[in-house]
Amino acid sequence: MNENDINMTGHVSIRLASERVNHCVASSNDTPRFYTPGEVISGMQDFMRGHGTYVEDNCLKSSVAGVMQKVNKLICVRPLKSRYVGEIGDVVVGRVLEVQQRRWKVETNSRLDSILQLSSVNLPGGELRRRSAEDEQTMRKHLKEGDLISAEVQSVFADGSLSLHTRSLKYGKLSQGVLVKVFPSLIRRRKNHFHNLPCGVSVIIGNNGFIWLSPRLEEATIDENPDETKNNELQPVDSIDRETLARLKNCIAALVASKMMLDDSSIMFAYEESLKYEDVKELLDPEAMLDVAFMTQHRLNNLMDE
Amino acid sequence: MPGPDLLSSQGLRLDGRRPNELRRIRCKLGVFTQPDGSAYLEQGNTKVLAAVYGPHQASKSKSSTEAVVVNCQYSMATFSTGERKNRPRGDRKSLEMSLHLRQALTAAIKTELYPRSQIDIYIEVLQADGGAYCASVNAATLALVDAGVPLRAYVCACTASMAWHGGSPAPLLDVGHVEEAAGGVVLTVASLPSTGSIALLEMSHRLHSDYFENVLSRALQGCRDIEVILDKAVRDHLAEGWTKQDVVTV
Repeated sequence: MNENDINMTGHVSIRLASERVNHCVASSNDTPRFYTPGEVISGMQDFMRGHGTYVEDNCLKSSVAGVMQKVNKLICVRPLKSRYVGEIGDVVVGRVLEVQQRRWKVETNSRLDSILQLSSVNLPGGELRRRSAEDEQTMRKHLKEGDLISAEVQSVFADGSLSLHTRSLKYGKLSQGVLVKVFPSLIRRRKNHFHNLPCGVSVIIGNNGFIWLSPRLEEATIDENPDETKNNELQPVDSIDRETLARLKNCIAALVASKMMLDDSSIMFAYEESLKYEDVKELLDPEAMLDVAFMTQHRLNNLMDE
Repeated sequence: MPGPDLLSSQGLRLDGRRPNELRRIRCKLGVFTQPDGSAYLEQGNTKVLAAVYGPHQASKSKSSTEAVVVNCQYSMATFSTGERKNRPRGDRKSLEMSLHLRQALTAAIKTELYPRSQIDIYIEVLQADGGAYCASVNAATLALVDAGVPLRAYVCACTASMAWHGGSPAPLLDVGHVEEAAGGVVLTVASLPSTGSIALLEMSHRLHSDYFENVLSRALQGCRDIEVILDKAVRDHLAEGWTKQDVVTV
């Protein structure tokens, strides 16, 4: 700790609401056609109605405010912000809420809580082992209330709630890192949601809007001994990694404030653009956030034009 | 005879408006980052904040298997009225307003889509200058649109009153606090203007049935005008939030 840390005068900025920075980086010349609740989309009954629409008086009306997506005969209206709607195969990051008889209840930012069955997790001792009564008693040793997990959606129940599974080594309990919550429409469906960024951080971008940042671990071989993996997970994280995690978190917040889509390339561009601010907490200023988002949008446009 | 001075000889009201003029409405969506949806609305000097959480899993005692449970909480800030108000929540007026809000908003939300879920709507009145209920309904509609909750149509609310101009009746639109306190009946209407249906109708004093149709139609016209203003605010908000790589049409 050097002398500068003892000086407690901080940097406090108080702004008037009228001087608020406008975070919009969208170009105004190509806004699509928007539909608002109660607006008639089409009068014909030929179309199949998807999410965000309803039928009244023989015409198709929109029920949310957003952009219409038409795929052949299916019409849906997608709102700007909504709760997560799960689909099979999505990667999600969730928090365990309850331990029930043979399953865990997991919160995933959707309208109903998701379920992780005991038969859908990998227990130590081999994959094809039958779940005994003893396993039910020791469920709490595996996952308890408040733990964070990464999982994949196995199936969707009739009422819309999700059934998760962690039947692969890349899923499971998450140990040390930072969770960032954003709204799900900013996350695009990709083939790979686990990224290792060159700055030494591994990112899990959950489709439900939960993003997990953790310091990158060396590639571990399958450890038969559970105690050794636990020791690996609880190694203290050094301050350079912590600063990188904080910088990434602020970059993601800057992208979210300007409502830009999040994926590994946009997060990486935002990180590189933010390096010119040496002090990580400078990224909390609204002007700095707008600047980072604007430069990132610029680089993404250049990438798309190529 | 109620309030002869509500309308001057030139046909101007106590705050200088014409009988069929609304107060200026300014609104903004997405003012908070934590709730799923939020909105801020000013109608004249009445200022209201609305926040929507949901739909999320309903607690076991409240969950219903057919439809979503809509939970409203109406609260007035202690500094919102002329005299400092001690109980912001839980007093009888707040509970009654919460029930009325629930009635108006349940009429618009497509509740059958979300069984076993719950939507929480919190309204905070920062400054009350008459028409606080109407401003709350309008702000709650914007917050629901911001949260992406499916609605049948916009819900708009407006008040109307009755005054006499040289012997002939003249209905007044959008009563402020001064006009309310001067006496005179206040009719509050919450309606879905695009379908023309009425979700809530309330009247403070008595009104002769001959004049009722007139006052009601003036209030419904006010609701239609408010819907145009809210729709424009929603479209402006959408235009700001849409980035280029989002749009996919096949």
